[in-house]
Amino acid sequence: MTVPLALLGLLERESSHGYDLKRDYDTYFGRGKPLPAGQVYSTLGRLARDGKVEIGETGPGSGPDRKRYVITDVGVTQVETWLTEPVEGEPHLQTVLFTKVVLAVLLERDPRVYLDIQRAAHMERMRELTELRRSGSTMDTLLADHGVFHLEADLRWMDQTVARLAALTAEVRA
Amino acid sequence: MSADDDFLVQAREAALSFGQTPALRGANLSARAGEILAVTGPSGSGKSTLLHCLAGILVPDSGEIWFDGRRVDTLGEPERSTLRRDHFGFVFQFGQLVPELTAEENVALPLLLAKSRRASALAEARSWFGRLGLDGLEGRRSGELSGGQAQRVALARALVSRPEVLFADEPTGALDSLTGEHVMDLLVASARQEGTTVVLVTHEPRVAAHANREVIVRDGKVTPLFVERLGS
Ligand SMILES: Nc1ncnc2c1ncn2[C@@H]1O[C@H](COP(=O)(O)OP(=O)(O)OP(=O)(O)O)[C@@H](O)[C@H]1O
Ligand SMILES: [Mg+2]
Repeated sequence: MTVPLALLGLLERESSHGYDLKRDYDTYFGRGKPLPAGQVYSTLGRLARDGKVEIGETGPGSGPDRKRYVITDVGVTQVETWLTEPVEGEPHLQTVLFTKVVLAVLLERDPRVYLDIQRAAHMERMRELTELRRSGSTMDTLLADHGVFHLEADLRWMDQTVARLAALTAEVRA
Repeated sequence: MSADDDFLVQAREAALSFGQTPALRGANLSARAGEILAVTGPSGSGKSTLLHCLAGILVPDSGEIWFDGRRVDTLGEPERSTLRRDHFGFVFQFGQLVPELTAEENVALPLLLAKSRRASALAEARSWFGRLGLDGLEGRRSGELSGGQAQRVALARALVSRPEVLFADEPTGALDSLTGEHVMDLLVASARQEGTTVVLVTHEPRVAAHANREVIVRDGKVTPLFVERLGS
């Protein structure tokens, strides 16, 4: 689910050909798992169909690589919404959390806004689980424990990320 | 001007430096009566300093501290001392038991200072040992307790006088995670039962999740959450 938003975000930074877009994606978000070219073009096709990108002036030659993709206002709004809306306070969010932070830095938005919003969502969920743990059976408690410890891992990651923001910004914008 | 009626404890633009080191730079914080408020934030951000100001232990260089409609920071030390004894309980981050006293005498201390009879103070003190998993340790001196046991004895001492406000600084810092949960459950249960207002400093989200609300201290200020700033 993060791939279309990540591509859209990269297009907000600058309009791009499919190939360059794939290269940027792999640089920032690939982490050793490069995005198949086919997936880039099919995703761009869907984004175009939904009016989130449009095809800019086409360069010489033919084929998908000649097309220049430009984000639309609808696309910009979707990136903005995605960055500021917290995902539900569930564990195992490393991919989406990571993508949002790096993208926010790339787009020169303040990632702390997003991290604070997400932190509040995580804490809310953690309070619910803590209450459940207080009042539930041992089995409920065991399950709640698991959720709490994973949420805690995410929250620690968010704290560390705030602390590392200057270094991250320097690295990403280098 | 009086403190906001909605709030039992409040810091307004509190600033305090230790020599050249600014620990607080205009911190604002309010806790409602009966609320359990978590104060979190990175190490060295000023959490303990803020707690000590709220509790009338430290006096800020500037800004105001209020408790129950009364200005606290303008009081002299004797008045603040009385205020603390009559209304507040504390669990400090670091060593706090009186080494010459036994564990049960340590717990009974606030009652003895408030002039309770010794026998009833000790009986009340002893009633906390079982609840905190400290049975059998009543006669030990603090040097003969583990760090986690000492921390629980300190919590018992803070709760024994049924304070209106409990100020707790990393009350589970020395405890393993299960014992820490147990202590937090007990703290919350006791606070709810007595209607105690709790200001709880911790850097652990898991501990903060026991509170009704969380505020974050960064660089000597209580940061308005970006969420709140966005007004959504
Ligand atoms: N008695 C003191 N003398 C000098 N500096 C102090 C003193 N107490 C605290 N400080 C400094 O004031 C700042 C805030 O300290 P404080 O103890 O309030 O932080 P904290 O948020 O409680 O940190 P921790 O999570 O590590 O307990 C730090 O820079 C600290 O070094
Ligand atoms: Mg501290």
